[in-house]
Amino acid sequence: MVSKKKKSRSWLLLLPIYIFTLVFVAAPLIYMIVLSFMTRAEVWGFVPEFTLENYKRILEPLYLEIFASSLKLALCSTALVVVFGYPFGYFMAQMSARWKKRMMLLLMIPFWTSTLIRLNGWVIVFRSNGVLDQLLMALHITDKPLKLLFSYPAVLVGMVYVLTPFMILSVYSSAEKMDWSLVEAARDLGASSIQAFWSVTFVHTLPGLLSGIILTFIPSMGLFFVAGLLGGNKIVLVGNIIQEQMTKGRNLPFAAALSVVLLLLTSLFIGIYRKISHSGELEGMY
Amino acid sequence: MKTKSKVPWIYMGIIMVITYIPIILTVIYSFNESKLTSVWDGFSLKWYEELLRDVDMAEALRNSLVLAGLSCLAAVVIGTTGAIGMDKWKNRVNNTISYLSLMPLMIPEIILGMIFLAAFSFMKLPFGMLTLVIAHTTFCVPYVFMTVRARLAGMDKSIEEAARDLGASEHRVFFDITLPAILPAVWSGVLLSFAMSFDDVVISIFVTGPTVNTLPIKIYTRMKNGVTPEINALATIMLVATIGILLLAEGKSQKKKED
Repeated sequence: MVSKKKKSRSWLLLLPIYIFTLVFVAAPLIYMIVLSFMTRAEVWGFVPEFTLENYKRILEPLYLEIFASSLKLALCSTALVVVFGYPFGYFMAQMSARWKKRMMLLLMIPFWTSTLIRLNGWVIVFRSNGVLDQLLMALHITDKPLKLLFSYPAVLVGMVYVLTPFMILSVYSSAEKMDWSLVEAARDLGASSIQAFWSVTFVHTLPGLLSGIILTFIPSMGLFFVAGLLGGNKIVLVGNIIQEQMTKGRNLPFAAALSVVLLLLTSLFIGIYRKISHSGELEGMY
Repeated sequence: MKTKSKVPWIYMGIIMVITYIPIILTVIYSFNESKLTSVWDGFSLKWYEELLRDVDMAEALRNSLVLAGLSCLAAVVIGTTGAIGMDKWKNRVNNTISYLSLMPLMIPEIILGMIFLAAFSFMKLPFGMLTLVIAHTTFCVPYVFMTVRARLAGMDKSIEEAARDLGASEHRVFFDITLPAILPAVWSGVLLSFAMSFDDVVISIFVTGPTVNTLPIKIYTRMKNGVTPEINALATIMLVATIGILLLAEGKSQKKKED
């Protein structure tokens, strides 16, 4: 009797998350997929007629190129984030408790400060005749402003800057959990420090690294505001196209089709992550 | 450090310097008399004064605080009840639902924004605070849900059983044992949710109405329109607030450890 009563009440506890998730996550997702097969209406919205036109349009060279360049930017950013973030997280896990705490605070300040505000700092650096230009001219490396703002390197710097903390935190959280005596054991048994790193440390921090890659790669496909602020209108990414199709183009079905393709791409990467790490949850997410 | 090498320190030092250069520059230029970042015209507080007079900015700030507060509240209710419910009443549907509820963190924000814009206009919801709160709640729920669920999974269930055996009612068990145990997890979920909601630009741009601006939207549109020393002043204030909150939290956790 008691357990029956308990069960009926816990069923009620499940209601909010079931309803909310089904109505506001699952239903909109399905709606988007359906929408991507619909025909565009004259002004706004769609006509319920099945078509593959939206997907065919993505295969046009213009859009394929944008997908390719977004993918390239995402891969470049992710690679750089790994180069900066992985050693940082790894070194940090080896520090004394006191320094760990200090480093964490130093990391958390920019992490909790608004992303836009941090990008604003880079705008100051890159702006024509801005800080970087003046520095380079004072050092006689260049003799005229480089016009770095609104360029590909500026966007890349912005992406890497915004996303590196995620990598550091996820690598750190898996390196923290590692048993460092394993490394010592490997060294005692005659492994060189490089061998010990690859066979012990790297293997143990791989989940953190992979989850950091996911946490970097997925957002970097869609952070249109980084390209918008540091790239001007010169650098066009999938994110920018989707935003433009929604707002100026008013082509909802095409934007939906672009989103479905982007979603499939990111799910592919998450699938690969799952396969390698044998885990469903991302390391260092919270 | 276990190794005596200086390399790690130099490496981390360089990254930290690069991390803080833009932040420090923002602070410096917020006190610049000139509108241009290329010249230093002497110390001035005029951008701060201008910011204080900016009614639009104040309203955007208020909207952002209300939005983050409401989304956190909704996320706490949905996430905590969901985690407790799934812990008590295990079934196969739970896995599907929890997977789906995590989707908003796995989907690039831009797609999430586009999905919501399309779906909300289909549902005929009025665009504005309501749609903003719903959209933000979807990505706040996972933070609370995941942390509370992890806490419950790691909890010693025998304590609850012991209380029940000793005659405690379900209510007593929940309020005396379960709730205090999961409360830290709830708080850390709330903190993350609040920060994410307060910082969000991408999703907000899609789901807001023509009349409601959040602080990040306002900052973004100002920045897109060119030179904005006022933003530097705002950035400095936000930075000081962040550091203050972090130090406060740090001090609090220190005190807890000492007790």
